[in-house]
Amino acid sequence: MKRLLAAVAVVLCMATLVACSGKGQPEKKSEGVMTYAEYVAAPLDSEVTIEAYVQAHQSWWDNKITIYAADQEGAYFIYDMPCSEEDSAKLKPGTKIKVKGFKSEWSGEVEITDGTFEIEDGDYIAPAIDVTSLLGKPELEEAMNRFVEFKDLEIVASKDGNGNDADWLYNWDGSGEEGNDVYFNVSKDGQQYTFLVRAYLTGSDTEVYKTAKELKVGDKIDCAGFLYWYEGPNPHITNITIKK
Amino acid sequence: MRRITHILAKHLIPAAALVCAVFLTACHGSKGLPEFVMPEELDESKQYEITFWAKNDTNKVQTDIYKSAISEFEKLYPNITVNMRLYTDYGRIYNDVITNISTNTTPNVCITYPDHIATYIKGINVVVPLDEISDDKKYGLGGSKLRYDGPKKEELIDKFMNECRLSGTLYALPFMRSTEAMYINEDMVKALGYEVPDIPTWDFVWEVSEKAMEKDASGTYPVNGQKVLIPFIYKSTDNMMISMLRQKGAPYSTDEGDIELFNDTTKELLLEIAGHAATGAFSTFKISSYPGNFLNAGQCIFAIDSTAGSTWMGTDAPLSDIAEENKKSFTTLVRPIPQFDVNNPRMMSQGPSVCVFNKEDPQEVLAAWLFAQFLLTNDVQTAYAETEGYVPVTAKARNCDNYKEYLSLAGTDNNEHYGVKMDASKLLLENTDNTFTTAVFAGSASLRDAAGALVENVVKAERRGTKVDEAFIEKTYDDVRSLYKLDSVSAASGRKEALGTLPAASKALIICLVAAWVLIGCAYLVRRRHKS
Repeated sequence: MKRLLAAVAVVLCMATLVACSGKGQPEKKSEGVMTYAEYVAAPLDSEVTIEAYVQAHQSWWDNKITIYAADQEGAYFIYDMPCSEEDSAKLKPGTKIKVKGFKSEWSGEVEITDGTFEIEDGDYIAPAIDVTSLLGKPELEEAMNRFVEFKDLEIVASKDGNGNDADWLYNWDGSGEEGNDVYFNVSKDGQQYTFLVRAYLTGSDTEVYKTAKELKVGDKIDCAGFLYWYEGPNPHITNITIKK
Repeated sequence: MRRITHILAKHLIPAAALVCAVFLTACHGSKGLPEFVMPEELDESKQYEITFWAKNDTNKVQTDIYKSAISEFEKLYPNITVNMRLYTDYGRIYNDVITNISTNTTPNVCITYPDHIATYIKGINVVVPLDEISDDKKYGLGGSKLRYDGPKKEELIDKFMNECRLSGTLYALPFMRSTEAMYINEDMVKALGYEVPDIPTWDFVWEVSEKAMEKDASGTYPVNGQKVLIPFIYKSTDNMMISMLRQKGAPYSTDEGDIELFNDTTKELLLEIAGHAATGAFSTFKISSYPGNFLNAGQCIFAIDSTAGSTWMGTDAPLSDIAEENKKSFTTLVRPIPQFDVNNPRMMSQGPSVCVFNKEDPQEVLAAWLFAQFLLTNDVQTAYAETEGYVPVTAKARNCDNYKEYLSLAGTDNNEHYGVKMDASKLLLENTDNTFTTAVFAGSASLRDAAGALVENVVKAERRGTKVDEAFIEKTYDDVRSLYKLDSVSAASGRKEALGTLPAASKALIICLVAAWVLIGCAYLVRRRHKS
């Protein structure tokens, strides 16, 4: 019953946000393009064609790009898609793309692999949905890849590879250095979760990266980011507000 | 005529000089840095700052060992400062080095793979050849002026040293070595009615894997009582294909760089692999995830990964990415990768090496060389090897009391002496003579990627409902050849091939040069005639 109520809450929350975003009905997809619901229903390893809007992308490398995309109904993670450096510059947040690829799953993360894309006319940025109440619940998975926000979290100590406490860490165990991912632990309602600032997405010159390095155990924060999945929720945080 | 002479003198002769200068600049550029000559003595009156690009396995203990090594080295050589940049991915190091070669901003010392050095040395005098300097009486391996007890040349494991030779020249020192191991859930093998042999064959692994795929009416796999099972997962599919070919004595490449991967044995192997991907009995890291994650969750029976990943393998593994509640309890066995001929086991030798980049100042290179050697001292070697299933690359470190004691304590705890990790190290210590590497040439890194791509492509195809047959494989051969530009690799490796026509800019430059000299000649003749 709890799961059902939580799922209903997510749907209502998203519906409200769609309504608030002024977009009204989900937009009609082009010929041969799946709706988000059809994409969700598609089996793994099947070919999928979606239309979505770039929300962010990781740094272009080795002629490939990894994109966080969304439409008004849901979100997509498009992994390692072949892309020239010139085209990568066109994939600014809001840009509409049509992607044809295969629905895949890697360590729990549902994504589109071996994709090809074309740029279309259109512009949309998905609002953040508040999933704080879903932390630690299986229903959080339904928000996978979406731009989400978490409120009123407390920073708790992270343990480095030597077992020492730290406010935050470069890499999961403190083995990295400036320019690597920044990991930090948060607590909500007595449960602990690990979040990270993904360096390939928001590098060391970004505000969120700098803010993450200012975190101190006991700080209260709100944060937002893309709900990536790796053996469980592994949000790639793009915005942190330290509360006074 | 005087007008022509004037024009020649005023414009064309400077133009010719400019053209010559361009040519000379181009020639100077193509010569690169001067060849490194070992200085007589280390200049201690100057301060040297060197950079070290290091690779770790996202392991805090490893980075601490690097830092400690740097600190110890700087105490011994107060005029040398070592700045470290950390990487967790060889591909990124390679990419950054390539980018920095053109601006002569390479690091001084760099963790690397011989495949990558093959590309670096396409630039002239970019990487320092180590044969002569390692023999140097003062600063060579075990040299009289070293301020630390480094290994002598004969104390480095020959096999590993030879892996660092390109066309007979030593371009790197081995730093650590590992191989691949098969981590096995023995409980599931037994539940299926089998015993794990000392050296499992490919037939054995495929047979057990297929048997494990039997499901009950509810869609559960009885062998693990779960709805998820991938009996056999291989981390590195390039290693998989290369090892299979080597075990079968089938061609892959020649030492000179001829590509031989796309052959009938490869096709036969791909068809076999595809068949097991079709049933779901086999998958790969790139397609599913880390083999260790599935192994530890009781969702994989045979997980092949590096011995350098052994601390992530098994019920009691000190490192794990899966939630504690998802871990299953089972007995983990460590075995060599599957073999076609158990009497002649063959497995990959892998692991980081270290190279020294050339610089304008030979003293700076000497400082880098001293640091590179320091990484081979016993304390660094044993400490780093003990972080994972690595083995030291020197007999000196392998035979030291500390390391012997470490090995004797195998399995006494689940951290420093974690049994699976130490079994993995022992696997390589006992099989060093059964390891192999592939030929290194410009393009060998691409060939390696191509070998893996073939496996990934057939596995993906079967999972996505495309039947893998001979026609599919022929098409995959073409796609992969093209993607990895393997048709041009032999030219890149320096073999004689037609170079094609000159670029238009080069043609124009040559025409200008010839015309300039003709005009200079004319001017000279006109002047002589005028004088006479």
